[in-house]
Amino acid sequence: MATDASKYQEDALGQVDVMLAPGQTFESIDRDITDIVLTNKAPKAWWIGLGISGALMGVLMLSVVMLLFFGVGIWGINSPVGWGIAIVNMVWWIGIGHAGTLISAILFLFRQDWRTSINRFAEAMTLFAVSAAGLFPVLHLGRPWMVYWFFPYPNTLGMYPQFRSPLMWDVFAISAYATISALFWYIGMVPDLATMRDRAKLKIQKIIYGIFAMGWRGSATHWHRYEVAYLLFAGLATPLVVSVHSIVALDFAASVIPGWHTTIFPPYFVAGAVFSGFAMVLTLTIPLRKIYHLENFITLRHIDNMSKIMLANGLIVFYGYLNEVFFFFYSAHEFEMYMIWNRMTGPYAWSFWALIFCNGIVPQLLWMRRIRRNTIAIFFIAIVINIGMWLERFVIVVTSLHRDFLPSSWGMYTPTGWDWALYAGSAGFFLFAMFLFLRWVPMISIFEVKEVVHKMEHKH
Amino acid sequence: MNQAPTQPELFGIAAEYADDTALLEAARQARAAGYTAMEAYSPIPVHGLYEVMGGKRTILPLITLAGGILGLLAGYWLQIWVSAIEYPINVGGRPYITWGAFFPIGFACTILGAGLSTFVAMFAMNNFPEPYHPIFNTPNFEEATRDRYFLCIEATDPKFDRKAVHEFLSGTQAAAVSEVKT
Repeated sequence: MATDASKYQEDALGQVDVMLAPGQTFESIDRDITDIVLTNKAPKAWWIGLGISGALMGVLMLSVVMLLFFGVGIWGINSPVGWGIAIVNMVWWIGIGHAGTLISAILFLFRQDWRTSINRFAEAMTLFAVSAAGLFPVLHLGRPWMVYWFFPYPNTLGMYPQFRSPLMWDVFAISAYATISALFWYIGMVPDLATMRDRAKLKIQKIIYGIFAMGWRGSATHWHRYEVAYLLFAGLATPLVVSVHSIVALDFAASVIPGWHTTIFPPYFVAGAVFSGFAMVLTLTIPLRKIYHLENFITLRHIDNMSKIMLANGLIVFYGYLNEVFFFFYSAHEFEMYMIWNRMTGPYAWSFWALIFCNGIVPQLLWMRRIRRNTIAIFFIAIVINIGMWLERFVIVVTSLHRDFLPSSWGMYTPTGWDWALYAGSAGFFLFAMFLFLRWVPMISIFEVKEVVHKMEHKH
Repeated sequence: MNQAPTQPELFGIAAEYADDTALLEAARQARAAGYTAMEAYSPIPVHGLYEVMGGKRTILPLITLAGGILGLLAGYWLQIWVSAIEYPINVGGRPYITWGAFFPIGFACTILGAGLSTFVAMFAMNNFPEPYHPIFNTPNFEEATRDRYFLCIEATDPKFDRKAVHEFLSGTQAAAVSEVKT
């Protein structure tokens, strides 16, 4: 079955729409997914990926040590641009994480069965992206070892955090989000861990998966509670994910800086988050399904659907850009008008126009079905969108800050090597964690795929 | 005087099925025959099975609600206590208790409380972690996470009679019937 999968896909192009390749049994599903983990031979591409991301992890360590030793002075930040690419990266990573929750929770509530092939994987991406995001605000503190001051604990200083600040809201929202995402991910995985325990051949594998499966035995009572709990979690994660990026947007919108102080930020940040998140899911899925021969599970229909969601969110984001430009001029507010004019024609104009190209123009290709079903094209479009979304945050952070009200306080910002090293390092951390995940945990939800196969069989 | 070999105590008698319809039918028959202590095992959730076996709807949603309310109250209480009682700062006479500005954190705490309580309650109600369970002694039970379905009538059932249960389960579409030792 695995052998003729790619051929089937070609036949299906533009004709039959399949969610899962036909002819799969529960047994073949088990085998195809668990073998990836239980084998003692990982594909060569996995080793190469692990090596590269491991090296980048080294870069991360080095740049963190340098930062702790020398302070934030090794970055390009200074007055007036105090929020350099550290904050750009933080918002970028958080945004990427949102697609995982969207796939696992929102598509679940909408009963979109196609999500089952990608949700485990996308949720893992959420967790690692949120962890990568968490690095930046902490390291940006200047004195990261004081990070516990974020939390309201009784202390001899008699000091407490300011709960009316969006930055504090961020602390709570992001930590709640990371916790809920991790629990949701683990709950979704328990039945599959039991499958792993039962399929494992080595004793050590049996023991480890047995511990994490907690003794799951698939009893009807357990399934009943499990399904209720999963639905509840989906219902909880949905408003949470919307609130998290809205609060990140409020970090900017609650200030008085021209270019930040707009009411459109929260919704347009959420749309942007989903946009970039789906781009990242596609960037990772397309090579993965090739390397692990998962064409049976992740079909062109998945790529197509994700591209459509990406297109829809891309249009919302693009509308946000146009709306912003309109309102800055419509406001007739001297500083706002100057800000947008400076954005389009000033020293950072290249980033604004590159952003419009990446997020406004390139995604329009997704209107074409032929492109949406061409994995190579989608892979490159997704990368362009990833870059575009990074540029969006760069434009928001840097062009707004570098020229505010008083020309005497204007300045320029250039990221230094250590800025870039930390960014590369965070990508290394993200990918390293992803590679370990692929090796240790079934990357596709086994029982949910079985459910869908079962449903499809009974329909015919 | 031959001593009968001491039988290990019985957990129940389990039947194995090839698909969910056979399992569902068997559970229905078992229920009709008056058995109450039984449990079904399946690789995927089988809808209606729990209800057929006479299961009551779980109270999990109520626990989630309670956890959420508790989280909300805790979130607000934390902020009110800090801003109005423990460390009040007078900023131009503005109120200490600003419920609107406290909402984002209150909301995050609500979700956190609801999520954590759901997670803990679900596992606690299932009595997890429970690495050992007698049902794992059933022959071929490791297939229950692959593609086989099991129904076990447990020895605690008031109507339990080894022979009768054996016969009853053999009468369903079972592929195999076996005794499960504790």
